[in-house]
Amino acid sequence: MMAAAVHGVLLAAATATGHASAVDWGTFGVAAAIVLSGAIGVVIARNPVHGALMLVMTLFGIAVLFVLQRDDFLAAVQVIVYAGAIVVLFLFVIMFLGVDREENIAAEPLRGQRPLAVALVALGVTGLLLLGEVSKWATGAPSVAGSTDSSTSNVAQLGTSVYTTYLFPFEITSALLVIAVVGAVALARRPPMADLSRVPATDQQIAAAAGGDNGDSEGDDDRAAPDDAASGTGDTTAETEDAHQELTP
Amino acid sequence: MNSMTAATTAINGNISGQWYLALAAVLFAIGAFGLLIRRNVLVMFMCVELMLNAANLTFVTFANMLHDIGGQVLVFFVLVVAAAEVVVGLGIVVAIFRRRASATADDFHLMKG
Repeated sequence: MMAAAVHGVLLAAATATGHASAVDWGTFGVAAAIVLSGAIGVVIARNPVHGALMLVMTLFGIAVLFVLQRDDFLAAVQVIVYAGAIVVLFLFVIMFLGVDREENIAAEPLRGQRPLAVALVALGVTGLLLLGEVSKWATGAPSVAGSTDSSTSNVAQLGTSVYTTYLFPFEITSALLVIAVVGAVALARRPPMADLSRVPATDQQIAAAAGGDNGDSEGDDDRAAPDDAASGTGDTTAETEDAHQELTP
Repeated sequence: MNSMTAATTAINGNISGQWYLALAAVLFAIGAFGLLIRRNVLVMFMCVELMLNAANLTFVTFANMLHDIGGQVLVFFVLVVAAAEVVVGLGIVVAIFRRRASATADDFHLMKG
């Protein structure tokens, strides 16, 4: 993979035009180093929390590259949404689940998976860079959706385009966000039966609660007083302890 | 041909766009590599975020190379989709963790034949 990367950089270097100032090149070089080292850190970090912090580094580097391309609004949104919201959500889930134990990276569960992954990724990125080099990197009609002129501000141009040309997709995103919120609530909600003893409901518990006349009143008692469920019949207690052991890492 | 070369040498903060595109390709490759080799579901999600960011960088670069604001609007939409994807994906991870007490992708083999 690194050979392909060096190859691509050399390809780009061979055709790059040298009109940029030293400040631009310096900024680009530092930002690119930050982005790449952060990305490699995400992949090789043993601890998921360290990986999330490396991801923050990469996202800040990308924001710097956005600013370097005169794209101020998206740089701000990148920092606020990605580094501020998404990574915090990642860290929240990592710490909520308690999976921040260190992982053995050296172990390879599937035989030959890593050489295959290296080969596939190297093939893909080499093809991508060669395709870009052959096809002059960017082809197409300039300014289909509106020009990026430097006379007006970036925010004004982006806002005009979002609320005129891309108004319908923008409205669709609101539906997407509502669906995502509803989906997250539906996924994260505990099943109603699990509220009894704070463990996943087993099939026996569900069957006991749903069927039988004499099992009905017991089910109501359990629902009213969760503490009684733990000190109830021996059957339920054993199941509860089993489930607890299953949950404990 | 002439207009094409004019488009490729357009301003990207004076740095030619090839550099940004090559960097984005390498970033995407690192993300794809991590997604293929890592086992922790949360780290795999982070690698997906790396790949999404590489795509965002290409969009912004093309927007500047072609003087087209549409690329930047697409980055805006990609951000929204990424946020929705992370919310639902992490919800699925939490739901699976509640059943299996594990965040390793190898343990999710319920549908294996």
